[in-house]
This record gives sequence, C-alpha cells and structure tokens, in this order.
Amino acid sequence: MKLILIFISASLINNFVLTYFLGICPFVGVSNKTENALNMGLATTFVMTLTAAVTWPIYTYILVRYNVPFLEYVAFIIAIAALVQLVEMYIRKSSPALYRALGIYLPLITTNCAVLGLALFMVLRDYNYIESIVFGFATGVGFTLAILMMSGIREELEFADIPKPFQGISITLVIAGMMALAFMGFAGLIRG
Amino acid sequence: MLARMIIISVVSMGGIGAVLALFLVFADKKFKVDEDPRIEAIAGILPGSNCGGCGYPGCRALAEILAKGEAPPNVCVAGGNAVALKLAEVMGVEALDHKRNVAVVLCKGGHAEAERRAIYKGEMTCTASNITGGDKSCAYGCLGYGECVDACKYDAMAMDSNGLPVVFYDKCIGCGACAKACPRSIIEMHTESHKLFVYCRSRDKGAYAKKVCSVACIACGLCVKDCSVSDGIALKNNLAVIDYAVAPQNDESTKRCPTKCILFGIEEQVTRKGFYGSVKKTA
Repeated sequence: MKLILIFISASLINNFVLTYFLGICPFVGVSNKTENALNMGLATTFVMTLTAAVTWPIYTYILVRYNVPFLEYVAFIIAIAALVQLVEMYIRKSSPALYRALGIYLPLITTNCAVLGLALFMVLRDYNYIESIVFGFATGVGFTLAILMMSGIREELEFADIPKPFQGISITLVIAGMMALAFMGFAGLIRG
Repeated sequence: MLARMIIISVVSMGGIGAVLALFLVFADKKFKVDEDPRIEAIAGILPGSNCGGCGYPGCRALAEILAKGEAPPNVCVAGGNAVALKLAEVMGVEALDHKRNVAVVLCKGGHAEAERRAIYKGEMTCTASNITGGDKSCAYGCLGYGECVDACKYDAMAMDSNGLPVVFYDKCIGCGACAKACPRSIIEMHTESHKLFVYCRSRDKGAYAKKVCSVACIACGLCVKDCSVSDGIALKNNLAVIDYAVAPQNDESTKRCPTKCILFGIEEQVTRKGFYGSVKKTA
C-alpha cells in the first residue's frame, strides 16, 4: 500500500517538474516534438530508476555507516554521471537511431537537477531500498507525463495566434505554470 | 577525529569513483561500437551544415554512406570541388568533376508587377498563405513571405524591395533547400550552363495572365518561333517551356517577348555584394 502511495505521490501529486520545478531545462528544451519528448522521458525514467537503485546502497552502506553523510552531493553526482555514461554507451550500441534522436540531451541528463533531487529526496524521506526504486521510477513517470503533455500543447501552439512578446519560451513557461495549477488538483487524492 | 573524517571522506569518495570508473571501463569494452575510422575523417571534411542537398539526412548520415562507398565523392553539393577532392583522397578513388547547381526563382511578379486581389493578414509564411490561395491574383506566382530565404543556410538569398526573393549567384551552392521550401515550386535548380529562363509559372490563359501580372507569360509563341532549334521551346498549358537538352543558350528567342518574361543571362549578375550595395543606395 505504501508503495502505491509513493508511486501516485511522486508521479502526480508531487510531480517533480510541476510542483518542485526541477528539470525545467529538458522540459522546455526537448518538448517541441511529441516523439522526442517521449524518448527523452523514457531515457530519464530509466536513469532515475537506476539512480535510485545505485545511490541508496552508496548512501546507506558507505556514507551513513562511516558517518560522512555530508558527502551525499558529491557521491550522488559521481554515481549519476557514471550511470548516464553507461546508458549512453548502451543506447549507442543497441539503437543508433534513438542515440541520434536524443543527441545532446542524453549526456545532459547528467546535469538534470531532477535526477539529483530525486536522490536527495529519497534520503530525506528515509525510504527503504524497494521504496526508493519505486520512488525513482514514479518520478521518471511523472517527468515523462509532464514533458509529453507539454509537447502535445506546444505542437498545437505552433498554429495559435500568440502575441509577439509571448512567443517561444515565455508562453511555454506560462503554460507550465497553468499545468502546475492544474496538477494541484491532485493534492486532494491522498490525505495528509 | 577530524583527521579520521578526512581520511574516510577521501577513501570513500576515491573508492566509489574508482569502482564506477572500473565499471565504465568494462562497459566501454563490452558496448564498444565498431565504427569505420574513415567515418570520422569524412565527417570532418564535410561542411557539417546538414543542408540536405545531397539527399541524405545530414552530414553524419552522408559520411556513413560515403564510408561504405555507396555514394560518389562529388555528392556533397555544399562543399563543391574542394570537398570532393579531399573526400576522393580519403576514400582512395578518383574525384569526378563537380557540377554546381544554382537556384533560379521563376517569377518576376513582385509588388510593382502583380495585381493583388486581397489583403492577407494570416500567418506570414508562404505555406500558410498558399492555403488561402495567396493575396496575388495570380495563383502561380511568388507568395513573397520568404520561406525560401529562411530555408537557405548559406546566406545566398534575400527578399528584394519588390517583394521577390533573389538568389546570389556567387553564394548559392545548389543544395536545393529553397526549392523544397517553396510551396508553389517556383524555384528550380539548374546547372550553371543554363542561362535562358522563362520567368513565369502561370498556366492561366494569356488574357487573364496579362491582366493580373505585367510580366506573365501569355503563351503568344513568339519565343517558340524565334528559337533556332525546333522544339527548343514549346508551349505547354499556356506556358513557354524550354527544353534544356536542345535549346541554344543565347538571347535570340528573348527579343520579341511582349512581357519580357523570357530572359537570358541575368542570373549571374546578382551577387551578394552587388545586392546589398544596391539596397544601401536606395534606402
């Protein structure tokens, strides 16, 4: 039951992009085409799940055990960078087409603050190993959902009559704000 | 106590780093993608502007095709002879002579010449304007919103003060991006040896074409008669069409054209420097 709560909470209610406003760079940068947005979302979900799976043992068995939890930022960044490298190598080998489609945004997942934020929240909330993995996956799902919705809206925006000062990034951020408001409606889903 | 903490920090961070590094080294070996080393060399020679003039999706894709030997070294239209020679060297084959294509805008009906039937207030792109039929009375003429100019990645086009695109003969590399961008197919790609063009695409009947545009081809047939080679120029759908395989490239057929829509040798007169020089003078 707690796992389901974590999943719904991380993907909908406390959606990283729309509630914490983490990971806005790819959210704005790769959301102009639905196809790319979906691929980016999937790659990020994969990295987030792996990040949760790898950083939890590092934190619990190394940092906490030897009483150096203040090193969490450094340790998590190293782990995330290595994971993204691994994912990049794997995608390059298994699907060159996807590798080319993701382009620069694949290595940029390294510096995606949503991934680091996920690792830090996971520690802050004292999740156990299974909960952490579910939390990582759910965060990725939430990110995919947000970026996919945004790309759908932006494809429609191409044909809309937008006043000049609002064109481009400005209207995107305005819409992101409105989506965040809409997502607040999920807050009633879980009590407490 | 402090010393102990420092040592633990250094050792644990170093340890995590080392383990992950070893892991990555292993992964790198396992997931190594065997690539033809020539792909990198070829990609370095290509212009890298991804203009698509060669017909492949981007320079990287072309490099892969070239490395396989499935395309001739003169396939890159943007690079011209210099690139073709270098590519031939890398691939160990003989370079073929590179023939440059140049974009030709086949409409001379700008603000001054063409009549307007409406005022268009929609999105200022040719594609959108074309859906409504455009604001010019001529349904075949240039729409004038410059999608071709936007498509050009080589600064080889601009809109002139008459609302028509011009191609800078000295800058055009013949990638054909503008021709693809034009929703009315007014822009054609021609080799440099073609110098005689009918600057009109109107298939309207002569009387109507003349009424809505002062430089329209009215299909009077004078150029057909004046052409020294039979079938060099023919009338098709109320439009004079030049057969470049046989038509002589000289000005014999242009002299009696009543609307001056068939012209000889005007393309190479437009250069980038000349164009911007002239704009400055008039402005």
